[in-house]
Amino acid sequence: MKAQSDMTTQRAFRALRALPALRALRRVGSAQESWTFGVLVLLVVFFTLAAPNTFLTAYDLTQIATNAAIYLVLAVGMTFVIIVAGIDLSVGSVLVLAAVLSGEYTLHHGGAASGWVTIAVSSLIALGTGLAWGALQGWLVAKAKVPPLIVTLGGFGAALGIAQIITGGQDPAGAVSGTLQHDIGFGKLFGQIPWLVVIAFATTLVFGLVLGFTRFGRHTYAIGSNPEGARRAGIAVDRHLIKVYALIGLLAGLGSIMWLAYFGTTSIAGHATDNLKVITAVVLGGASLFGGRGSVLGTVIGVFIPAVLTTGLIIIGVQQYWQDVAIGGVLVLAVYLDQLRRRSIQRGTPP
Amino acid sequence: MSEPLIPEQPVAAQDGPTPLLEARRVTKRFGHVQALDGADFAAFAGEVVALVGDNGAGKSSLVKALSGTLRPDGGEILVDGRAVQLATPLDARRHGIETVYQDLSLAPDLDAAANLHLGRELCRGGLLGRLHVLDRSAMRAAAIAAFAELGVDLPDVAVPVAALSGGQRQSVAVARAVAFANRIIFMDEPTAALGVVQRGRVLDTIRRVRDRGIAVVLISHNMPEVLSVADRVEVLRLGRRVARFSASRTSVEELVGAMTGALDGGAA
Repeated sequence: MKAQSDMTTQRAFRALRALPALRALRRVGSAQESWTFGVLVLLVVFFTLAAPNTFLTAYDLTQIATNAAIYLVLAVGMTFVIIVAGIDLSVGSVLVLAAVLSGEYTLHHGGAASGWVTIAVSSLIALGTGLAWGALQGWLVAKAKVPPLIVTLGGFGAALGIAQIITGGQDPAGAVSGTLQHDIGFGKLFGQIPWLVVIAFATTLVFGLVLGFTRFGRHTYAIGSNPEGARRAGIAVDRHLIKVYALIGLLAGLGSIMWLAYFGTTSIAGHATDNLKVITAVVLGGASLFGGRGSVLGTVIGVFIPAVLTTGLIIIGVQQYWQDVAIGGVLVLAVYLDQLRRRSIQRGTPP
Repeated sequence: MSEPLIPEQPVAAQDGPTPLLEARRVTKRFGHVQALDGADFAAFAGEVVALVGDNGAGKSSLVKALSGTLRPDGGEILVDGRAVQLATPLDARRHGIETVYQDLSLAPDLDAAANLHLGRELCRGGLLGRLHVLDRSAMRAAAIAAFAELGVDLPDVAVPVAALSGGQRQSVAVARAVAFANRIIFMDEPTAALGVVQRGRVLDTIRRVRDRGIAVVLISHNMPEVLSVADRVEVLRLGRRVARFSASRTSVEELVGAMTGALDGGAA
């Protein structure tokens, strides 16, 4: 009975993959990506039909992209971490810590009225904080052999704790330069595309290319796929893991700059579930929590599914909390399909 | 017992040349277990030498020590007569030593071409090369050539290794070692998971590689197979080499006797 439903699912899966458009996409990504992309397309079509004059207007597209920008940056880093069969629960807290440290600098160097020099230094502080924190976690995972779930769970608590100690638990006033907010947070490239979206897509493009086309990316997949095999093949596995965790830390630092620019506050209490949102997006995008599979393209799709859902549900007047219900269901389904695929491989039949 | 057992004496034919790879008095202890107790081993150019022994005789430890995945406590390892340190698999590879691991050591999510070049990816030239951008087409072409040379029949070098059959995966692992080895290939139970046809193919491959002047070290439990493909046999027992045979002048009974110690007499 169960085997039969497995087979039906697989047949549907195969039929879906046979569509020419999806097959073309498969060259860039994996089967699950095309499946998730199909879901995204369906959502867009549905909301466009349900609210023809509102959804998918230029304003909405920008709004969706802006809302997704920061999560996209974090999710790109998480893609690398999940492909090496790791996990990072600390992203939200690292973002807060980076925001608080750079905010403290701004506070004492001109505050809200500060100029580009302060912006530059505070941004470097944010990036440096994220990088250092990530590298430390990477070292603990790679060298001290503490499971990543535990390292980053510890990091999740510790980074937030340090941020709260520094600020006394209150978001400091005057921690963000008004110039940063005005020019970057609300500024637009050529008066059209918000800078946040530009930054997010540039980051995504760069690291998408790194993952897909460079030796670093290839080693990322190899380590996630077979760490011992990668080590025997002469890949410096430990060093690579440290770099991957340092990368997601760095991107959390970048995310903190974007957050400060857009929201103008450190939002200490506002990032407790960033990690889950980001992991959900990456898994929706076809990455396997067992490592070795995933792509930045898939992650982009995975980030936009919740973003489109939220906006769409608001527009058609449905309580947006339904989004959480829908995403939860889709996530479990995505992992179930991944399991099916793995089992069919173990049985020796190609997926 | 028609053939005399000659423990610890070089087989006449290999008396002259320097071994490509030699282990002298290698020791390794794991806690209370003396895995290698002064083990010797030699492999010569253009021969298939089988390394046999019962479970726990020290075969895996010796192979690991010689392929750079295990650091011995004592003894000497010589490549072309010169003492070397094989601290990592990379060191071994620099000396032209490749290993086909029993678990194949492939990355199942990557395709055959990527697995062939794992850890030594080819990069583009110029600026892209400086950025470590992979040269996929060159790797693909090299992979197709490597598989063709071994007569490996892969439907598509671009599908993930996980989707290949057991025999095809085995072929990818063997092809990887053959493509890069210029001195020695260790093959740990290379036919254990294979069917009759594929087994024959792997054995053919072993002979072909040997004919290129490479030393093939075969680790196997299958004695008839050892005798059919190997030129020489070295027997390990309790962490030491206890006997060496010329494959054409020994028998399964004799090998088993040496492995189990039933023929003990002058064995070192």
